Amino acid sequence: MADGIVTLTTSTFDEMVASSDKPIIVDFWAEWCGPCKMIAPILGEIAVEQPGITVAKLNVDENPDIAMRFNVMSIPTLLVFNHGEVQKRLVGAKGKGQLLQELDEFLPTSR
Amino acid sequence: MIIIGSGPAGLTAAIYSARANLAPLVIEGEPSSTSDQPGGQLMLTTEVENFPGFPEGIMGPDLMMRCREQAARFGAEFLTEKVTSVDFSERPFKVSVRNAEYTTDAVIVSTGAQSLMLGLEAESRLLGHGLSTCATCDGFFFRGQEIAVVGGGDSALEEAGFLTKFASKVILIVRRDELRASKIMQQRAFNNPKIEMRWNTVVDDLVGTDKLEGAVVRNVVTGEVTTLAVTGLFVAIGHRPNTDLFKGVLAMEDNGYLITKSGSSYTDIEGVFACGDVQDHTYRQAVTAAGSGCMAAIDTERWLEAVAHASHA
Repeated sequence: MADGIVTLTTSTFDEMVASSDKPIIVDFWAEWCGPCKMIAPILGEIAVEQPGITVAKLNVDENPDIAMRFNVMSIPTLLVFNHGEVQKRLVGAKGKGQLLQELDEFLPTSR
Repeated sequence: MIIIGSGPAGLTAAIYSARANLAPLVIEGEPSSTSDQPGGQLMLTTEVENFPGFPEGIMGPDLMMRCREQAARFGAEFLTEKVTSVDFSERPFKVSVRNAEYTTDAVIVSTGAQSLMLGLEAESRLLGHGLSTCATCDGFFFRGQEIAVVGGGDSALEEAGFLTKFASKVILIVRRDELRASKIMQQRAFNNPKIEMRWNTVVDDLVGTDKLEGAVVRNVVTGEVTTLAVTGLFVAIGHRPNTDLFKGVLAMEDNGYLITKSGSSYTDIEGVFACGDVQDHTYRQAVTAAGSGCMAAIDTERWLEAVAHASHA
């Protein structure tokens, strides 16, 4: 987790999402997706600035089973999990301001 | 000086003006999954085969990242925000983003164009659930499925060809009885056994509540309506210029494209220049956008020099 973002895989996904004691945002991404690359640095900043949440990423190319399980058909898709349940689904890339607004309810220390 | 937009035009203008020590601020836009985003339309494409200097081709996003690095190397600054308003009524000009206002002596407008959508009510419901604006991003999810692409131009054919890597069949929904696309792209599409043409056809509606299940299409000649059982639909029916910010500010054509003085990047306001797709609905190529970005940077540099000279005289 070089930039504060946790890398999830098929083998770590369930354990990590179920055991997290704070909301966890999972960025479904892939190498070949331009918009995914654009939001990666923003998610890195959010990971550092918002200690109340965990930011994680899952490569759909390498872990297609997890993507399929959550009906991800477009990337980037961000899923917010809390206590193992999907609480929110954000499809498509967004700027930082808009993203923070969408995530507001999960940010206890919010601005 | 400020450059608004960061596709091939804006980034080329940034490279030239940074090398000319004009310290450009590039307001590059905000990430989105439409083609109106930093890096522009190429961020949603795959292989670019016709940009000079890349005999093996280069991925669209890679090309744009390289242009951005090149501009940054010479001192261009980047702001990842969307311009919310401009005031060109007096100098210095004002350019605003969400929480800040910048003043500047000169502006280069390179906001580009974005893909048109179909304008159907079902679109917002199914976007990201089978309906997609980005074949490179989402093609992967349609492995072994039957899908459709709407459009008959180069981008539609490029998407259709790319999507055959994943889909079992790609139906190309074409409004007329011929393609607008270039000959080489047409040839590739006709030779691709996975691509099936539906001529004289338009999409009237989409089927599915939380997932796309089909597209209702109509033959505009016979009037016959059928439902194609596709799980994916990619739209590539053309573009509109990103000029909402400049309505009533800069001279534009009826279709919204900015008007530049022939053979230059001058708009009708002195000190404001335009380049790239925002002022070009004829060529619309990465390389023509880059070329016009260079023109805008040189026009800006000379104009700033002339203004400085005049005020010293």
